[in-house]
Amino acid sequence: METTLHKVRRAILAGTSYELDEPVFTPKLDVSHEVLLYVEGLNVSFDGFQALNDLNLYINDGELRCLIGANGAGKTTLMDCITGKTMPDSGDIYFGQTLDLVGRSEAEIARLGIGRKFQKPTVFEAHTVFYNLELALKSDKAVWPALRLQLSGEQRDRIEEVLSIIGLTANANMLAGSLSHGQKQWLEIGMLLVASPRLLLVDEPVAGMTAQETERTAELLTSLAGDHTVVVVEHDMEFVRSIARTVTVLHQGSVLAEGSMDAVQNNADVRKVYLGEEAA
Amino acid sequence: MTTITQRRSLLSSNVRNFIGLLFLVTALATIGNTMFAEGSIFYVSTYTITLLGKYLTFAILALAVDLIWGYCGILSLGHGAFFALGGYAMGMYLMRQIGDRGVYGNAELPDFMVFLNWQELPWFWSGFDSFGFALLMMMFVPGLLAFVFGMLAFRSRVTGVYLSIMTQALTYALMLAFFRNEMGFGGNNGLTDFKELLGFDLQADSTRLGLFIATSVVLAVAYGISHFVMASRLGRVIIAIRDGEARARFLGYRTDHYKVWLFVFSAALAGIAGALYVPQVGIINPGEFSPLNSIEIVVWVAVGGRGTLYGAVIGAILVNYLKTRFTAIMPEAWLFGLGALFVAVTLFMPNGIVGLFRREKSDDNNDDGSDTTPPLTTTAEAS
Repeated sequence: METTLHKVRRAILAGTSYELDEPVFTPKLDVSHEVLLYVEGLNVSFDGFQALNDLNLYINDGELRCLIGANGAGKTTLMDCITGKTMPDSGDIYFGQTLDLVGRSEAEIARLGIGRKFQKPTVFEAHTVFYNLELALKSDKAVWPALRLQLSGEQRDRIEEVLSIIGLTANANMLAGSLSHGQKQWLEIGMLLVASPRLLLVDEPVAGMTAQETERTAELLTSLAGDHTVVVVEHDMEFVRSIARTVTVLHQGSVLAEGSMDAVQNNADVRKVYLGEEAA
Repeated sequence: MTTITQRRSLLSSNVRNFIGLLFLVTALATIGNTMFAEGSIFYVSTYTITLLGKYLTFAILALAVDLIWGYCGILSLGHGAFFALGGYAMGMYLMRQIGDRGVYGNAELPDFMVFLNWQELPWFWSGFDSFGFALLMMMFVPGLLAFVFGMLAFRSRVTGVYLSIMTQALTYALMLAFFRNEMGFGGNNGLTDFKELLGFDLQADSTRLGLFIATSVVLAVAYGISHFVMASRLGRVIIAIRDGEARARFLGYRTDHYKVWLFVFSAALAGIAGALYVPQVGIINPGEFSPLNSIEIVVWVAVGGRGTLYGAVIGAILVNYLKTRFTAIMPEAWLFGLGALFVAVTLFMPNGIVGLFRREKSDDNNDDGSDTTPPLTTTAEAS
C-alpha cells in the first residue's frame, strides 16, 4: 500500500514538491455564537501607566469594526494584546468560543488566522512584490521544510488573484522597496489577504495616502468584510464614516461608547472627550 | 497558470562561475607547484601554496559571517570563537596522532599533560584518536555552542549592538578560559608540534598541496550549499527577518527558530574553516579567540560586500593578501591600515567591492532568478 511517506519520497526524488493534504494544523474555530473575538476585563499597565483598563470588546464574525480614540487611548496596545506581542496583566482574549489567545506567541496566533497590518507600512523591501506575497502564504512555516518548499499551482493562482485585488499585478517583479507609500500599504494588506485570515487587524491603513488611494482602500476594506472580519484603527474621521457600520470609541484604556457613527457622534460622553476635535 | 515546479539546481550559474574560477586558480597553482622548477615564472612555491590554503580557510570563515550578517543582519563579533573551536578539535586529533614521538615520548599523554604531571587523559580528550570523531566534533562543538547561545539570545529577542557585544564577550571569555592550563587544552601555548594527518607527513610538500586542494573543494561545497539555502524559501524568510522581523513574526514565522538554525549552520561552517586552518599553520592557541580576530572577519566581509557570498570570499582573500604584504613591510602599521580600510569602506563603499560592479542590478539577493522559481513572467500583460 502506498502511504503518504511514499508520495513525499517520490516527490523529493523527482525534485518536485508534495503538498500534504492538511499542511498546517489549525485548531477548530468555534463561532457558533456569532462572536469571533472576545476581549474581557483586559488590563495592561506599563510602569504604572494603565494602558488598558478593564476593557471589554466583542467582535462579530464577518463584521467591519472601526476603533477610534485619541493618542494613548489604548488602540495599539489592544492590537498588541490580541496578536500576542504584549502579555496582558489580567483578562481574557478568546478567538471563537474555545481558543484562548493569551500566552500564545505572535507566530502561533498568526497561524490561527489573525493577520495584522502595522501603522507604518512594513513590507520586505529587498524582496519583490511577488516574494512578499509568497512569504505571507498560508503554508508550512517551520524551518526545515522551508528548504524545499515550492509554490503549488493553486498558491500561484492565489498570489495572482491577490495581486489583482491590490492592483499590483504589473509590479509583481519590482522590489517592494521601490513602491510608493500607498502601494506599500496595499502590498501589506495583500500580504494579509493572501493568507486568507479569519480576522484582519488594520492599523491606520490610509495614513499618508492620497484622496483616491484612500477611496480605493475604503472600497477594498468594505469588500473584505463578510468573508473576513475586519477591525480598523483609524484617525481619519471621514474615512471611518465612509466604511464603518459599528464604531467603538476607546478612551483611557476602556470602551467609552459603541454604536453607529451617528450615535457615537451624538453621545454625550464622546462629545465631552472630543470637544472641538469632533465639532463637524 | 503554470503549475510546473522547477527543479532547483545546486549548480546555478552563480555557483558554476564561482566554482569554475576557484578550481581554475587551484589547478593553476597546483601545476605551477608541481610541474615547474624553481626560477621559472610559472613556479609557485609551497610557501605560497600554504598561504593560499590559509586564505581559502579565511574565505570559508567569511562565508559563514556573511550568511549571518549579510543575509540575516545579525552582526556576530564572535565568529572567531567557532573558528577556534573547530581548530582545537582538529588540533586535538593531530595531538593524538603524535603518539610517542613527543619530547617526553609518552604514548598515552600529550607533552603538555606530562609537563603538568597529569596521570591520565581527561575525558573530553577521549575519542579524538579517531579522525571521524574529530571531524564530527569540528562541526558539533561550535554548532552546540551556537545553539545554546542562539536559543538564549534570540528567544529573549536580543538584537543589534547588544547581541554584538555579547558575542564579543563570548569569544573573550573563551580566550581567557583556554589560556588556563587546567582547562586541558595546552594553555598559553595551545596545541602544536603536529606530525601527521591521516598518515600524511604535515611537513611534506605533497601534504601541503593536498590540504590546499582539500580547502578549495570544501570552499566550493560550502559555497554551493550556502547558495542553495539562500535561494530557497528558507533564505527568503531569513532576508525577510533581516528587513522586518516583527512583520515576519506576524506572518506566522518563528523567527527565533530561523535565526538559531542559521547561527548553528554558520558556526559549523566556521568550525570547518578552523579545522582546515590548523594543519596548514601548524598551531592552534588561545590567541585565535581574541576579540580582534572576530572583528577582522567582519572587516573582510564589509570590504568584499555583504549579502552576496562571493563578496565575502573576495574580501577575505584581498584583505589577507594586503595583510601579508603590509605586515612584511611595517607590521606595526597594519592595524591602523585595517581600521582606515574599514572606515573608508563604510563611508564610500557601503556595498563593498562587489557593490561597485553591480550597482545597476535591482535584485540584490537573487542574481540568478532564472534558476530559482522565477516569479511571474507573464504578468505584464495580465493587467
